[in-house]
Amino acid sequence: MVLVIVILCLVVLGIILVQIGKISELAGSIRGEEDVERQGNSTQSKLMLLFLPLFLIGCIASGLYYKNYMLGYGPHESASEHGLALDSIFHTTFVVTGVVFLLTQIALFYFAWKYKFDRKKRASFISHDNTLEIVWTAIPAITMAFLVINGLVAWNEVMADVDEGEEVMEIEAMGQQFAWLLRYPGADGKLGERDYRAISSTNPFGQVWEDRANLDDFHPSEIVLPVGKKVRVRITAKDVLHNFDIPHFRVKMDAVPGMPTYFVFTPTITTEEYRQRLKEYPEYHELEDPTDPAGPKMWEAFDYELACAELCGKGHYSMRRVVKIVEEEEYLAWLEKQNAHYTSQIKGKEGLDPYYSASIVKEETQALVTETENEKHSEDHSH
Amino acid sequence: MTELTSNATEEKLVQELGYDDHFHEHHDGDKFQSNFITTYVFSLDHKVIARQFLITGIFWAFIAGLMSLVFRLQLGFPEEDMAWLRPFLGKWVTLSEEGVGAISPEFYYAMVTMHGTILVFFVLTAGLSGTFSNLLIPLQLGARDMASPLLNMLSYWFFFLGGLIMFLSLFLSTGPFSGGWTAYPPLSILPQASSGSGAGMTMWSLSLVMFVVSVLLGGINYISTILNLRTKGMTLWRMPLTIWTFFITAIVGLLSFPVLASAVFLVFFDRSLGTSFFLNEINIGGEALAQSGGSPILFQHLFWFLGHPEVYIIILPAMGMVSEVLSVNSRKPIFGYKAMVFSVVAIAFLSFIVWAHHMFMSGVNPFISNFFVVFTLIIAVPSAVKVFNWIATLYKGNVRLNAASMFSIGFVSMFISGGLTGIFLGNSAIDIQMHDTYFVVAHFHIVMGVAAFFGMFAGIYHWYPKMFGRHMNKLLGNIHFWGTMISAYAVFWPMHYLGIAGVPRRYYSFDVFQTFDHFDDMNKFITIAAFAVFLFQLVFVLNFFYSIWFGKKQTKKNPYGATTLEWTTPIEAIHGNWPGKIPTVQRWAYDYSKDGTDYLPQHLPKQDFESDEVH
Ligand code: HEM
Ligand SMILES: [Cu+2]
Ligand SMILES: [Cu+2]
Repeated sequence: MVLVIVILCLVVLGIILVQIGKISELAGSIRGEEDVERQGNSTQSKLMLLFLPLFLIGCIASGLYYKNYMLGYGPHESASEHGLALDSIFHTTFVVTGVVFLLTQIALFYFAWKYKFDRKKRASFISHDNTLEIVWTAIPAITMAFLVINGLVAWNEVMADVDEGEEVMEIEAMGQQFAWLLRYPGADGKLGERDYRAISSTNPFGQVWEDRANLDDFHPSEIVLPVGKKVRVRITAKDVLHNFDIPHFRVKMDAVPGMPTYFVFTPTITTEEYRQRLKEYPEYHELEDPTDPAGPKMWEAFDYELACAELCGKGHYSMRRVVKIVEEEEYLAWLEKQNAHYTSQIKGKEGLDPYYSASIVKEETQALVTETENEKHSEDHSH
Repeated sequence: MTELTSNATEEKLVQELGYDDHFHEHHDGDKFQSNFITTYVFSLDHKVIARQFLITGIFWAFIAGLMSLVFRLQLGFPEEDMAWLRPFLGKWVTLSEEGVGAISPEFYYAMVTMHGTILVFFVLTAGLSGTFSNLLIPLQLGARDMASPLLNMLSYWFFFLGGLIMFLSLFLSTGPFSGGWTAYPPLSILPQASSGSGAGMTMWSLSLVMFVVSVLLGGINYISTILNLRTKGMTLWRMPLTIWTFFITAIVGLLSFPVLASAVFLVFFDRSLGTSFFLNEINIGGEALAQSGGSPILFQHLFWFLGHPEVYIIILPAMGMVSEVLSVNSRKPIFGYKAMVFSVVAIAFLSFIVWAHHMFMSGVNPFISNFFVVFTLIIAVPSAVKVFNWIATLYKGNVRLNAASMFSIGFVSMFISGGLTGIFLGNSAIDIQMHDTYFVVAHFHIVMGVAAFFGMFAGIYHWYPKMFGRHMNKLLGNIHFWGTMISAYAVFWPMHYLGIAGVPRRYYSFDVFQTFDHFDDMNKFITIAAFAVFLFQLVFVLNFFYSIWFGKKQTKKNPYGATTLEWTTPIEAIHGNWPGKIPTVQRWAYDYSKDGTDYLPQHLPKQDFESDEVH
């Protein structure tokens, strides 16, 4: 019903438009073409002149209105070390392009008004101007060189992998349809081997339990990181492409099946500190959920979030994980509470645990095992 | 001086100086124009084929525009009841227990994918360059038709076939392809990963292969026509910029589209023949795939080796037409003709060595990105030169503001806005934050989507008389221009802010994340503006079709006082374009307001009063 009305309205509107069009043509033939043309040109050129300030003011005002929501502005200084460098390149580029934007748009619409058609005038025959053209080729070239150099210096620093032997914490994020799975290395600081063929409901990463580095790895449901510590995220994918995206840290990298990628960054602002920053801005005093007046304000509810930024199927928009940046002590306390996946899910289960038979006989043979190991050791030494 | 450019003198010039190829003494071609089918359906005449491309393009633009309304509804009004869409969309609108309808995510992604594919390939490649290359190459060069009218006809029908296949895929029960217009594997290969990657992807691939065939047939034709069939005196450096851009576009298309075809074939092999070009260590649906050892990134290289040149295939013809329309309506030569040609050539060349700027965050070696950053930002230089030249063309001109010239001015404005954001994205350091956000969506819609449409509109309004012997209504044209200009900026400008706030593109819903969920008002605003854009396009469609039959008749052969040869052909279009001899060319295409004249047409020999001018 509504649809019929809408269609009818459109049809009527169409007829009206056609009639208006016709009338304008008729009026034109009565008044004479020249007259119509002159008038048309003068109206349109005035509109050009009117559009220019409205357009520019609209651009600037809307930008100011949304400023405090945008990363790199207001409270949203980068929460990672490298992000500061990236933000500063953004700002430089913004200033440079902003100037060009204003000058060219102004010239464009101003000329369209200024040089509007007049039968009595002639245009100037200007076909080219070598000096001018050299100048306006050289200026963009130099500007670009400046931006490129700044950009590439930062880029190569940000994307550099950790140096060999550098003390760095490594965690893994694996994208799958439709969630991020997380893995921490546990006490040994090493992520164990994986095999995509070993993935199952009980072994979501396909960890190879024969690799003992796996035994203490745990799978938290949030990323928790100590502030000020460099972290290397190993980014992997189980099924299709995903993208590991934490906007507040300026971190983004595709997750590719069969080809681990990485991103190295150092969080510099704890979640709590970020909330305090947001608190300074009235925008963040609104309710997080407008329908729930008792609920938290936006700044109170704030959390860093991990998202997916590469189309991966129908649930692409829902791969949320919370990222918490905390002080060192809090981090250690959190670590305490985590259980290794092996211990909680695999250990002692027949068919899952390759050490199963070993674990049954373990008690009785514990002494034996230690003995043989000791023997082996001394053998090694004697060689 | 007026007698120089009166209809009678121009006619006399063609007769006196024209070149007689005895075309009309041979009548073997006439049988191809003898009945309705051969005249309007399987026509060999470039002017008819041009109109076929245009009307098919308008059809596809309408479909793709409707699709964008559907997914904008979801983004702007996610809470509204969409049950009223059920009669059209059927099961793709799911009903909750209370009977509240919602657009399903699968369908949302299918719409986004179809929208992108259709607009990029069917509308802005075929509809734009297919229409105007066909219409203008023979007319502006002084040729009777294309080098091979048969291939030309086939080019249209392969395009039609590709479109038909894509259209039919919309009705598949598993849905059309839904993995994005870029079709990245493994998503596009594995039906387990997405229902659209089943039959939908098969038909998508088939459709694109047909399309590539169409582009190649068209391209070969454009190139050979331009190289071989120029009339006497039409040296390369006398060609209008339109022809230059069609020429370069065709070369770029010829070199890049086969690579898309090869990528699609490899995807097909992976899907159907068990190869693993793009599959590696995949575990999906609780099962490890036997196919392994390939690289999904390889596909991205192949895709963007076409994909980046493709965006220039779209924009270059628009640039050419805008140059021409601006020059005619400013009554001034285009500023820096040679610089314009050189920058088009430079852009075309560079467009082949920047593709990996779409892949900075895809896991390619970050060192490699250094080269792509450098080449990408070099492209900004010829682009800037073109902008300066257009603005300088207006300077001290005598500018007639009609729909065509205003759309050209709008084009320049859009190209500036969108080109400048390219400078952010091309700098890989900034792209870390911006990649796959709404900032990219804003960038390419403004610089390519809207700008190319504006170029196309400029072309349609300007050359409408050459297509239909009538004029489009001026008032409706002006309404169309201002409405579109304002509402298109209203749609795409705010998207920059979303992108800088970190909101990713291709999200069905923003309410899962706090970070992305603060923009309900803006999303509503954008959706409303998108509806406005669509309504203003209906004004255009109305004007277009109404004017075919009822528009104001073209009375003057050369209504705009333009220098180029298409305006020497009779108002009533004929087979072979010129009734008698073909005009010969005596000068470049931009002698406007020279030495006190209004314009000196290309077929007018040098006059005594003229000064020597080096361009
Ligand atoms: C000043 C020159 C330009 C530069 C430096 C530039 C740079 C870029 C970069 C780096 C990207 C990738 C962004 C990302 O995905 O993270 C991009 C995306 C894009 N650009 Fe440009 N661009 C320029 C001009 C153009 C022009 C003239 C067009 C079309 C006519 C265009 C069309 C596109 C399209 C369609 C995409 C997005 C494709 C997709 O991911 O779906 N760009 N541009
Ligand atoms: Cu995803
Ligand atoms: Cu590109």
